[in-house]
Amino acid sequence: MREVIDIRDKEAELKALVGEILQEAQHRGASSAEVSVTQDTGLSVTVRKGELETVEFNQDRSFGITVYFGQSKGSASTSDSSHAAIQDTVSRASDIARYTQDDPCHGLADPDLMPTVLPKLDLFHPMDLDTQKATELAEACEAEGLGYDERVTNSDGAQVNTQQSCRVYGNSHGFIGSYLATRHGISCMLIAEDANGMQRDYWYTVNRDFDALDAPEAVGRTAAERAVARLSPQKVATGTFPVLFSAQMAAGLVGHLLGAISGGALYRKSSFLLDSLNTQVLSEHVSLVEEPHLPKRLGSAAFDGEGVATWDKAFIDRGVVEHYVLSSYSGRKLGLPTTGNAGGVHNLTLSGATQTFDDLLKTLGTGLYVTELMGQGANGVTGDYSRGASGFWVENGEICYPVDEITIASNLRQMYLDVVAVGDDIDERSNVRTPSVLIGAMTVAGR
Amino acid sequence: MSDLVAETQQQLLVPAGIEHSDVEAVMGKLVGGAIDLGEVFFQNYKSESWSLEDGIVKEGSFSVDRGVGVRAISGEKTGFAYAEDIQLPALARATEAARSIARLGGDQRVKAWQRNTPVPKYPSVDPIPSLSGEEKVALLARVDIAARRADNRVQEVNVRLAASHESILVMATDGTLSADVRPLVRMDVSVIVAEGDRRERGFAGGGGRRSLTTFSDDWAEALAREAVRTALVNLEAVDAPAGPMVVVLGPGWPGVLLHEAVGHGLEGDFNRKGSSAFANRIGEKVASPLCTVVDDGTLLNRRGSLTVDDEGTPTCATVLIEDGILKGYMQDKLNAKLMGVQPTGNGRRQSYAYLPMPRMTNTFMQAGDHDPEEIIASCDKGIYAVNFGGGQVDITSGRFVFSTTEAYLIEKGKVGRPIRGATLIGNGPEVMTKVSMVGNDLELDEGVGVCGKDGQTVPVGVGQPTLKIDEVTVGGTQT
Repeated sequence: MREVIDIRDKEAELKALVGEILQEAQHRGASSAEVSVTQDTGLSVTVRKGELETVEFNQDRSFGITVYFGQSKGSASTSDSSHAAIQDTVSRASDIARYTQDDPCHGLADPDLMPTVLPKLDLFHPMDLDTQKATELAEACEAEGLGYDERVTNSDGAQVNTQQSCRVYGNSHGFIGSYLATRHGISCMLIAEDANGMQRDYWYTVNRDFDALDAPEAVGRTAAERAVARLSPQKVATGTFPVLFSAQMAAGLVGHLLGAISGGALYRKSSFLLDSLNTQVLSEHVSLVEEPHLPKRLGSAAFDGEGVATWDKAFIDRGVVEHYVLSSYSGRKLGLPTTGNAGGVHNLTLSGATQTFDDLLKTLGTGLYVTELMGQGANGVTGDYSRGASGFWVENGEICYPVDEITIASNLRQMYLDVVAVGDDIDERSNVRTPSVLIGAMTVAGR
Repeated sequence: MSDLVAETQQQLLVPAGIEHSDVEAVMGKLVGGAIDLGEVFFQNYKSESWSLEDGIVKEGSFSVDRGVGVRAISGEKTGFAYAEDIQLPALARATEAARSIARLGGDQRVKAWQRNTPVPKYPSVDPIPSLSGEEKVALLARVDIAARRADNRVQEVNVRLAASHESILVMATDGTLSADVRPLVRMDVSVIVAEGDRRERGFAGGGGRRSLTTFSDDWAEALAREAVRTALVNLEAVDAPAGPMVVVLGPGWPGVLLHEAVGHGLEGDFNRKGSSAFANRIGEKVASPLCTVVDDGTLLNRRGSLTVDDEGTPTCATVLIEDGILKGYMQDKLNAKLMGVQPTGNGRRQSYAYLPMPRMTNTFMQAGDHDPEEIIASCDKGIYAVNFGGGQVDITSGRFVFSTTEAYLIEKGKVGRPIRGATLIGNGPEVMTKVSMVGNDLELDEGVGVCGKDGQTVPVGVGQPTLKIDEVTVGGTQT
């Protein structure tokens, strides 16, 4: 059976490729250029109802180049890294730059913002996982879930995957940086059924280090527990109630907030938090902090998408916006320095006045605990929020029964100022780490 | 008609020095033993986009992605590998990896090739060079000016023009030898309007499988005015109501209802696995007798259309629901075989780097008898929704959502004030039984649909006539 290749062998090759592409751009007369190259390789195995279902080997390499001729810009990308393809791709980007119009804000990031020493992020933990071992782990995960309760009647499968990646970024300032990373995961989706129909739910574990994953059996069991807990849902009466977002769902609330304080939305005047710098947008006890250099974390990065060194900061400190989320371009549009967030954020944590989950339910009293949201009903321009929801009805601080086919609605501006408390249950599995979040009041539409 | 197989072989294989016989030799490794189907999928995908904001064309990008995906199926098992360059050694390695799921396969002859050559549903034209760089920049500028002239409350205008050209060649051990060359173009206009302390966004877009030269100046300017119109409507919007009520859906794009409420639930894989709320219900009543729902990949030049699907099967019009009775599912080869039915030309994949699965093409409801005005006049109180953002479905429970971007109150049979965006939620099999009136005004959408499933996106179309649904939960804020 084929082994997954070790990506470490590729790093020097990819760096040389970046150099070659930059040279080609210079040769074409570009005044500046930047290149990013990625290579990924991995294996993913799915087992369904105890049988191997799919084995997928993935192997991807692509590069993208941006060239500037003065203040005009062109970009091109390809999956082909042959010499002829490099020439063709650079030529395509240069052709486009002949037609695009000058923008004084275009250009590379300032050279003195690029790191000279890269912090050790410890992101590379390759796992020698063959198809057979991966299959056994997936089988163990699914079997535990299917055996958890007789109402777990069907499966959408358990998956084990392992990925290695190498990313290299270089620009014509002479900066070149690279990092190797791994990502491993186990996930499971199960279906439970009773007289009132079927419900599905899933669970997963993900980590840079395979040995730090949750046990496959624990993943299968949690998926089963979650699916069974949703059986025979009820609708609730329409009204205004406090709403507790689970840690997983709270990440979405932070996502909408990041969108609203991101440079792109702000300079396009398409945010509900225009001119919010140094103003209070979240409840006074809530902060949102970025720590890009934490070892082994999923969002860790030494430099951003344009080579700018990343640094620790609070986007929101005790409710007040300290920094927008900016790249060089959006920063120049707004007259502000970049925050090292070209391409996104790196390891965010939401914190606030913390309670245990049980205490949060007591504080909530009677209302809704949301464990799933559906649809895209958040308007980034107005902050209007209306989404499909499922979860549990809570009365007097006790979880009573599952609910679904309801919506929750409000306006994000109002919701952010109405964060009553947060949980002590931060979900560590994501780049945006959030605890449960209790919002004081929202409209719940049901019966 | 040109020979697409020869044309794509010339484009995909000849530059790498790969002969037809080389591919046959590779495919020989995927025949026999425990392997039911072996398949090699070659693809070249080129795309280009241009975007305008602040009144200038700031950015453009071009991309080429080419590669080959190899798949071996044994019963319900699939082995899959791909290579991001089309070269013989890479193809051989991918083949070895894919066949590793069924070690008994190997070294027999492939069935005689059967060329599927249905009549193309679009020209094989490459739309990218169909306009020059100057012409593309001028078209974007024209849209920007049209949007700004439409109303002085327009603050920001973003316009995007995108074109792609895809060539595929599929060879499989069942004798499939099929090719397709697919153009796709699209223009999107997004505007921000402001009045006092209110700001709203408006959007309009359109396109299809054709050349960029089909984007006339008049059409593009009308798109700009439509984006401004929707934004201005929303400046006047009042809070939406909350709770169950009568909902009238306008024609065309609101057909996203069908895509979510029934479409996904009728894809073959979910029904083979028994994970759909519609599983084992063929022949049963799942909608009101007014409803006939079709998935049709053969419509000329439509965004969701395909001459052949990504497994080389010609597309067709598949009746999903007829007069309220569930008639059939959408199938790819794997699920059709396991369910003992014929593939329906719905096997689609995002690219060579993904496995195909049953996906929709253009999904719509046939027209009924009612005049649309008569439908609105029949409602004492409810909402009239004519435009939507995205939707989502949980095919197991059947619950689905879709969110309005332009909707109005209906009061005493008349369309009243616009309401703020609200999510509608329902249960697919239940909601369809509550369709009480169907209009005579079937329309298909303008060509902007994107469908996501298992991390793969593909272009799709939707459509419907005006529909009245007696009860859907509306997720507004007013109780």
